[in-house]
Amino acid sequence: MTDHVVVVGGGTGGTVLANDLAERLEPELAAGDVRVTIVTDDPDHVYKPVWLYVPFGQREPADGRRPLTELVDDRVDVRIDRVTGIDTDAQRLESRDGVAPSEYDYLALATGSTLAPDEIPGLAEGGHDFYSESGSETLREELLSFTEGHLVLSVVGTPHMCPAAPLEFVFMADDWFRKRGLREDVDITYTYPIQRVHGNPHIAEWARPRMDDRDIAVETFFNAESVDPDGQTMATMEGDELDYDLLVAIPPHRGIDLIEEAGLGDRGWVDVDKETLEAEAAENVYALGDTADTGVPNAGSVAHYQAGVVGQRLASELRGRPATATYDGKTLCFIETGMDAASFVEFDYEHPPSPAPPSQKIHWAKLAYNESYWLTARGLL
Amino acid sequence: MTETNLDATATVDARGAACPGPLMDLIGKIRDVESGDVVRLLSDNEQSLTDVREWTEEAGNDLLEVEEADDHYEFYVEKA
Repeated sequence: MTDHVVVVGGGTGGTVLANDLAERLEPELAAGDVRVTIVTDDPDHVYKPVWLYVPFGQREPADGRRPLTELVDDRVDVRIDRVTGIDTDAQRLESRDGVAPSEYDYLALATGSTLAPDEIPGLAEGGHDFYSESGSETLREELLSFTEGHLVLSVVGTPHMCPAAPLEFVFMADDWFRKRGLREDVDITYTYPIQRVHGNPHIAEWARPRMDDRDIAVETFFNAESVDPDGQTMATMEGDELDYDLLVAIPPHRGIDLIEEAGLGDRGWVDVDKETLEAEAAENVYALGDTADTGVPNAGSVAHYQAGVVGQRLASELRGRPATATYDGKTLCFIETGMDAASFVEFDYEHPPSPAPPSQKIHWAKLAYNESYWLTARGLL
Repeated sequence: MTETNLDATATVDARGAACPGPLMDLIGKIRDVESGDVVRLLSDNEQSLTDVREWTEEAGNDLLEVEEADDHYEFYVEKA
């Protein structure tokens, strides 16, 4: 009998996991004892961190796209299809085109985040984002010709992808306008939902004085309730209003509806054991990356490390051994602090982050990693 | 055990979530409910005792009651 592992999602988590399994289970795959299939509805793998640089005219969205088949090991079966239903009792899948497998023995869900700007009236019309290819391109049109006025970066939805990116954006915008001699004509305001500038108190404590020094205005306890695109005003749940000339928002995020319909968790996030990454509501189902509701940042590094854990656990289970690998919350992020300086943080469930002093070397390291990311996707780095 | 007689329209179970997860979760749920509805937040994070109170005051919502259970707190917040 052949055990079938089905990975749903072709982002960082799904791709790294599929390649990890191909390597780890080489003997079983060669003998036909195990099959590994990855299902995704996008034939390309997309590396989202590229989008941060697009509005500043530094990168193109195409820099973040490569065909998935170029990245995934040949021993993995790649199916381009969209999974539309999961029956976790029968261990069966439904799909849009019938190309995806209809059954699984083990399922790994790495379906990721989607943007839901429509949850805030007026946001889709009045705001821009750099959390999508089209958003980053449209924002580029606005930002490159923006020479005066009020630029507002508003974190509307949490959790959101790459929690450091909103801070990076305002630090980069500040530096970018200064270098072009326009900073005195551009006001920058950063808004955040809770009483500090970042969810993690250590990162917030590090960032806040830097924002003050650089004249980046801050509004906390700021939760957008609606946006008036004509009046260019945001109204908040707290009863405040804020005028803007250019609004860059981090929209609300959701997982995909499939997760909730399968009874695995709310808003598309799978309820999991934070250490084993096993779904709490079903047997033989794992979730990783943004999809796994662990409370750690929705970041590529998290998906990468979790893929290694899920790969080890699946290999143990397939070999009839106790699965002992656990995820310790490890997260790693570069944080751009300007156009040519960056910081770096590394933390886990037990150890809080302590941002490194910003330097040009760390900035170069971030750019170098962005290039070598493709080795990560292929399971080599 | 808790002793409150308040009826909650919705419950957010944020036990196990690290700071600021519980407050973020509460804000998200308050968005979804109607004015006058009561949201019950379950949190085992001590920081919630100050976070939730500060935010409800800022947003003009009413923190009706905070109950201390065996291993968590229960916050009852009425949306203004």
